[in-house]
Amino acid sequence: MKSVRQIGTIIHKDVLIELRSKDIIISMLIFSLIVVVVFNFIFDPGSEMIKTTAPGILWVTIIFAGNLGLARSFAREHENARMHGLLLCPVDRSAIFVAKMLGNIIFITLVEVVSLPIMVILFDIHIRHILWPLILILVLGTIGFAAVGTLFSTISANTKSREVMLPLLLFPVSIPIILAAVKSTTFLMNGGGFAQVWSWIKILIAFDVIFTVLCFLLYDYVLEE
Amino acid sequence: MKRSYLILSILSYICMFIALYMALLYAPTEKSMGDVQRIFYFHVPSAWVSFLGFGIVAVASLFFLRTGKSTWDTLACSAAEVGLLFLTLVLITGPLWAKPVWGVYWTWDARLTTSFILWLIYIGYLMLRNYVSDRQRGARFAAVFGIIGFIDVPIVYMSIRWWRTLHPAAVVGGGADSGLAPVMLATLLVCVAAFTLLFSTLLVFRYNTRLLKEKVEELIIINQS
Repeated sequence: MKSVRQIGTIIHKDVLIELRSKDIIISMLIFSLIVVVVFNFIFDPGSEMIKTTAPGILWVTIIFAGNLGLARSFAREHENARMHGLLLCPVDRSAIFVAKMLGNIIFITLVEVVSLPIMVILFDIHIRHILWPLILILVLGTIGFAAVGTLFSTISANTKSREVMLPLLLFPVSIPIILAAVKSTTFLMNGGGFAQVWSWIKILIAFDVIFTVLCFLLYDYVLEE
Repeated sequence: MKRSYLILSILSYICMFIALYMALLYAPTEKSMGDVQRIFYFHVPSAWVSFLGFGIVAVASLFFLRTGKSTWDTLACSAAEVGLLFLTLVLITGPLWAKPVWGVYWTWDARLTTSFILWLIYIGYLMLRNYVSDRQRGARFAAVFGIIGFIDVPIVYMSIRWWRTLHPAAVVGGGADSGLAPVMLATLLVCVAAFTLLFSTLLVFRYNTRLLKEKVEELIIINQS
C-alpha cells in the first residue's frame, strides 16, 4: 500500500511539472506530426501500399517520438540534481522505476491518442472495426518500449552526449518488441485471422514480461550512487 | 606470468599456421561453390569465438554487479572488444561468401540480421563506456547493458525467425546442414581450436594492458594530489 502511494506521488510530481512547462509533450506531438507528414512523401497516401506500410509508419512515429520524450524527461531529472533529491527521499528504488515507467507510458500514450486519429484522417485508414484489439496492441507495445526506455534513459542521462546515446542503446535492444508490435498491427489492419493476430499478441505479451522484469531487476544498479 | 603469455602466443601461432594449411590446402575444394567455400573455415570459427566473447561479457558483468570488483569489469570490457573484432570479421567474410553463392551480399535472414544487431549492441556497449566520465558508474552502466544485450540476442533471433517464417518471403539461406565430409569437419574443428586460442591470447593481452593502464592512471592521480 505504501509503495502504491509513493508511486502515485512520483507520477503526480512528474505530471505536474509537465503540466506547468508542457515542453516534453508539445515537442513529442509536433515531432510525431512531422514524422507522419514526411512519410506521406515517401509512400503515396492514396495507394494500396499504404495499407501494408501504415502499421510501420505508426510504430516508427511512436518510437521516435517516445525516444524524444524519454530523453527530455531524464535530462530534466538531471537539471538541478533532481534525481539526487529523489534518491534522498525515503522511497523504494523499485518504486522509482515503476513510477518512471508509468509516467513514460502516460506520455507515450498521449502521443498515440493524438497521432493515431491524425494518421486515420491523413492516410484514410479504417480502424473502427478493429479499434479494441488495436488499442490492446498499442498498450502492450507501449509497456515494453517504456520498460526498456526507462532503464536506458536513466543510463544515458548520465553520459556525455545523451541525445545520441539513448537511441543507440534503446533501438537495437527493443527490436523484438517493435517487431511483434508492427507484425500484430499489420495482421490486424490487413484483415488477418484472429489466430494470426493473437499469436503475435501473445509473443508481445511474453516480451513485455521479460523486458519489464529484467529492467526492474537491473534498475537498482543504475541508480546506485 | 610472462612465460605463460609466451607459451600461449606460440601455441596459437602454431595452431593458426596448421589451421591455415588445412583450410587452404588440405581441405578439398567444394563441388558446387568452389574455392569460395573455404571462407567457411574462417567465418564459422570467428562467429563461435565472438559468441564466446559476448558470453564472457555477460558472465563477468554479472559477477561485477554482484561483487563490485573492478577486475571483473576490466575482463568484461576486454572480452567485448575482442568479441567485437571477431564479429566484424564475421560480417565481412559472410557477404564475401554470399555474393558468389547466393548472388547477393546480404539478405535479411534471421541469422544475418541478428548478427548485425548484435554488432550494433556491442558498438553501443563500448561507446557507453567511453561516454561516461565517472569510471565506477560507467562500469555499472556497461555491466547492466552487457547483461541485457546478451539476453536480448536469442530473443531477437527468435522474433526475427517467427517474423520470417510466419510471412513467406523469398529469402535465401536457412540450414543446408546436410552433414560435412569428415576431412572438412576435421579442418573446421582445427580452425575452431586455432581461433579459440587466438581469441584467448588476444583477450589475455588486452586484459593485462587494461590492468596496467588502470594502474598508471591511479599512479598519476596519486602523484597529482
